[in-house]
Amino acid sequence: MNSPSTVMLRRNFKHLVRNPTSVFNAILMPVVMMLMFVYVFGDAFSVGVDYVDYATPGLMLLAVCYGLGATATAVNSDMTKGIINRFKVMDVSRGAVLTGHVIASVLTNLLAIVALTGVAFLLGFSPAAGFLDWLGVAGIVVLLGFAAAWLTVALGLAAKSPETAGMASVPLVMLPFFSSAIVPAEKMGPGLREFAEYQPFTPIIETLRGLLDGAPAASDVYPALGWCAGIALAGYLWASSTFKKRA
Amino acid sequence: MSVRVPKVVTMNDTAIAVSGLRKTFGDKVVLEGIDLEVPAGTIFSLLGPNGAGKTTTVNLLTTLMKPDGGTAKVAGHDIVTEGKAVRAAIGVTGQFAAVDELLTGQENLQLMVDLSRGRAGDRVVADLLERFELVGSARKPASTYSGGMRRKLDLAMTLVGDPRIIFLDEPTTGLDPRSRRTMWSIIRELVAGGVTVFLTTQYLEEADQLADRIAVLDQGRLVADGTPDELKRRMPGTHVRLRFTTVAELDAAARIFPGATRDDEVLALRVSSDGGTKSLRSLLDRLDEYAVGAEEFSVHTPDLDDVFLALTGHHTEAVQ
Repeated sequence: MNSPSTVMLRRNFKHLVRNPTSVFNAILMPVVMMLMFVYVFGDAFSVGVDYVDYATPGLMLLAVCYGLGATATAVNSDMTKGIINRFKVMDVSRGAVLTGHVIASVLTNLLAIVALTGVAFLLGFSPAAGFLDWLGVAGIVVLLGFAAAWLTVALGLAAKSPETAGMASVPLVMLPFFSSAIVPAEKMGPGLREFAEYQPFTPIIETLRGLLDGAPAASDVYPALGWCAGIALAGYLWASSTFKKRA
Repeated sequence: MSVRVPKVVTMNDTAIAVSGLRKTFGDKVVLEGIDLEVPAGTIFSLLGPNGAGKTTTVNLLTTLMKPDGGTAKVAGHDIVTEGKAVRAAIGVTGQFAAVDELLTGQENLQLMVDLSRGRAGDRVVADLLERFELVGSARKPASTYSGGMRRKLDLAMTLVGDPRIIFLDEPTTGLDPRSRRTMWSIIRELVAGGVTVFLTTQYLEEADQLADRIAVLDQGRLVADGTPDELKRRMPGTHVRLRFTTVAELDAAARIFPGATRDDEVLALRVSSDGGTKSLRSLLDRLDEYAVGAEEFSVHTPDLDDVFLALTGHHTEAVQ
């Protein structure tokens, strides 16, 4: 298979392997966060269920977000280091380089989540999910990864330098903390509680939580799908228009 | 009886034809309608200082930017309406080495082969590594390469897929003299193989060394166009220097050429001339006519720096 997108994807994976910091951020960081929250803080939070069962869906989302910094930086490096002009003057699809980044980002997310879930099981994670629920989890994760990747590619394209591109993805990494990922929204103070209840990540986390409990609620699933589709579309349109504008 | 004539690239084929090409950024006019023609199989050099519009010209011709006016055909294809066909025919090496720093030299070349989808053969990576003397560092990441090696790798990547027209935007800027000479000999070899090269440079010596034709670009306008020698001959500074053995001879010669400048110290006379054979013959004939013999006779042509000064009224560094 040598379509331009797969060639670009292979290139992105070589980058990932040769840049251990980004692998650490994308795969090890979420695992470290899980160990920290479950072992250090877990007993301090009373969430009604075993903390590892509560936190795993939220940490899955965190794992997706942690991978994004590397994607934004990589996209921006391509734009600012001149290699993009080489691709643009070749007789290949101009979007292939962006598609390559998006697919690499989603696959890194999946890898991180597999690692995270494995550690969760070692820590006593006991989901009630059946096979179809697990498929649902995978589907939501891929959809979220895809949406977040397009948004991040747009951020990377819009940033002036690789450093600012990395910074631009920080809000996406912070956002899960102000959602129901770590503690339930109703335990937060006024203002923050409303924000946590209505921000896009909360319905996505609640959908994952529902699926892992074996009982997803439609009132979470539809907003979650809506947010993912909306973010993906907005990210894609923003990325395409920025890509056309930059030489 | 019919004779099969193989199709060869001849000097009559036009590789690049540009007419009235214009580009503005906001209200700043970068190119004010330039015309040029590059015959296939030759080296054409666009010469000018920083900010003259060289890179903009390359970006337009390689479809990275769209012109605001005028037309241009590259390999017979319109740069605006047939961008894809143009891209299939060209190779471009930009001003800044566009190599993937995290990949090795070999992987960079393989990336180009994979993207060229079958247009490049199996041996192409090994061949290019050998030709550009990169075999020893083929398995090292490009980030460890020196500036000269990076440029060589960049050019090697451009050659994957055998483009017939190659654009080189300031290929030797920032290189040390040795790497520059290596680059020059590589460029000469390319043209020997029938490739057309469109080269921009701010080095007068480089254009003089390499180009079949030079166009001088100044503030978005072409101020001159010709072979290096033609450009030099067009300069008012071209002159013939005659040296004599006695003051009497110098006096006699000065009477024959009233407009000439004398240099009594070395018994020399500077006579303006365009350096062409006709004017030289008539100059010698006049000396003969008056039975004056010069001990030494030489034609002095200005170098391209003088050319630039004479054409634009300012030095190459004046525009920044």
